[in-house]
Amino acid sequence: MKTLQRKTRVTALLGMVMLLLAVSFSASAAGGAHIEHSGANVNDTASLQRGAKWYVNYCLGCHSLDYMRYNRLAADLQLSEDEVMENLVFSDANFPETMNISMDAKQSEAWFGKTPPDLSLIGRSRGPDWIYAYLLGFYKDENGSWNNTVLANAAMPHVLWRLQGIQTPVFRQETTESGYTHDVIDHFELSTPGTQSAQEYEETARDLAAFLQYVGEPAVLQRKGLGVWVILFLVLFTLIAYLLKVEYWRDVH
Amino acid sequence: MAKTANSLAKRAGDMMNWLDDRLPVTSFWNAVMTGYQAPKNFNFWYYMGSLALLVLVMQIGTGIFLTMWYKPSAAEAFASVEFIMRDVEWGWLIRYMHTTGASFFFILIYLHMFRSLLYGSHKAPRELLWVFGMFIYLALMAEAFLGYILPWGQMSYWGAQVIINLFGAIPEIGEPLTIWIRGDYFISDATLNKFFALHVIAVPLAIMGLVMLHLVALRENGSNNPDGIEIKANKGPDGTPLDGIPFHPYYTVKDIFGVGMFLILFSFILFMWPEAGGMFLEHDNFVPANPLVTPEHIKPVWYFTPFYAILKAVPDKLMGVVMMGASVVILFFLPWLDRSPVKSIRYRGMWYKVLLASFTIAFVRLGMLGMAEGTPAQTWEMRLWTLVYFMFFVLLFFMSPGGKTKPEPDRVTH
Repeated sequence: MKTLQRKTRVTALLGMVMLLLAVSFSASAAGGAHIEHSGANVNDTASLQRGAKWYVNYCLGCHSLDYMRYNRLAADLQLSEDEVMENLVFSDANFPETMNISMDAKQSEAWFGKTPPDLSLIGRSRGPDWIYAYLLGFYKDENGSWNNTVLANAAMPHVLWRLQGIQTPVFRQETTESGYTHDVIDHFELSTPGTQSAQEYEETARDLAAFLQYVGEPAVLQRKGLGVWVILFLVLFTLIAYLLKVEYWRDVH
Repeated sequence: MAKTANSLAKRAGDMMNWLDDRLPVTSFWNAVMTGYQAPKNFNFWYYMGSLALLVLVMQIGTGIFLTMWYKPSAAEAFASVEFIMRDVEWGWLIRYMHTTGASFFFILIYLHMFRSLLYGSHKAPRELLWVFGMFIYLALMAEAFLGYILPWGQMSYWGAQVIINLFGAIPEIGEPLTIWIRGDYFISDATLNKFFALHVIAVPLAIMGLVMLHLVALRENGSNNPDGIEIKANKGPDGTPLDGIPFHPYYTVKDIFGVGMFLILFSFILFMWPEAGGMFLEHDNFVPANPLVTPEHIKPVWYFTPFYAILKAVPDKLMGVVMMGASVVILFFLPWLDRSPVKSIRYRGMWYKVLLASFTIAFVRLGMLGMAEGTPAQTWEMRLWTLVYFMFFVLLFFMSPGGKTKPEPDRVTH
């Protein structure tokens, strides 16, 4: 009985600490602009293939993927060398090389005010949900220049506008606690329609987000599958170790 | 058949005798494993030590493999880590074992230290055991800090910047000291090279030496136990403690079970959630170090944040550094601050349970606040918990000699 009480106490203490840690996890996960769940699925090979297609057509002109090799891409996305070389390689790059670009960093800085960053690890530093929100967040502001809800005053123009169309904000007035009234974006209107419907464009953004998540960590495709087997083995191992322990401890009273 | 087996056994015995005449293998094994009597009532908290040793071995093993591809140069470090993650066969597994291992090392050590607070394992005659343990903890913090700069991401760079600048708060020698540590006027290639050398050779050597001392000191008096009584006080006619059992095979098989349980949890994080939501691998560290761009929110990795919160709680920089240092150093004196006649929490009064619970909450809360952005309300909360943290030691010192206790049993209870 006493043992039981003691065990309950220790469990309660552990539970409390775990709870506090859980709170801290969720607290650290929040913060910054509100980003919705994108639904990007890195295990959906078709989605990754579409994402790769969108990326090389719309993004790779400016944003290199210096750590991603074409041959690795082919293997992981279940594409043949010919398919990759014909459909995804527009430069004189060879199959085993990385997806870099020939644009001069100094020139691009002169054009955009900032050298477009390499996006090899954007899927890890920002995450797929951020990328998705960013791609959906472009709008034309009152000055007629591009802006973004996720990254204000982004230097990047909306390169996918032909697909999405042009969004313009509809404002509403909001009064702060101190009585100061200002305009906030209520929602967007599609002032110029694009070639894709709203759903199709969301799908495109989702494919790109999943693709960049994969590019950020190609091992993501292997590690989870392998992990299941490792853990199953360890469960079996631990069970046997437990039975061994019980057997040895039979004579300890 | 039987004859062959017999002669094989005889040959093995002969070889063992040959070896024992030259190296005390059998007598050493008997002394520290089969002949070493450990209390029979170890519980959950007693797995942490052997698991920490396992993680130490794993960190050294994976570390050796990482150094085969890692390039300690400001120009190449970041790319070489990505090379390991992408192009080296099983490189991602080795690196994740190392990064997950670093965080788990601290989880285990914190639980290991907490066990001591529960059962008074630091009290006489085990004060030196605790002090060696504290030196291991200090070396481990140094090791983790040095290792964190190596991937050369934004957090590597700016985290190191913040921590090294703390030394600048020391009057007179502060500035030259920071330059000496960095080997440059700012964090640079020279700093990275130096930290690499310390991370892979100097500190691991120190840790291994200290672990050896820790184990020798442990075997000298034997383990404490959840009842906090000395099992050597009750010996049977053969001279062995009545509540003792041979460490081998009893605790070796039990620890193998512990290893299994631990590896399940460890593998789950490693394979399913290696970033642990940005706690084990911070998102900003996937951006290459850039001395010109300061990240929005610089914070150390979770295992340093309780102390970082104490630093942030104090308005004055020098005082903050002093308080942060004191929060670690005071732990060294725990065996002498705790003057209670009994060791285990089981036989201490309510006062100790309340003290320990508030200390634990303060430590966890400080860790959480140390990660946060730092609103004014959070700063006040950090001050509150900093006070609770230090009051634990003050109250322990004054309350422990006269604090209410319950009678200790003669024999371990379970």
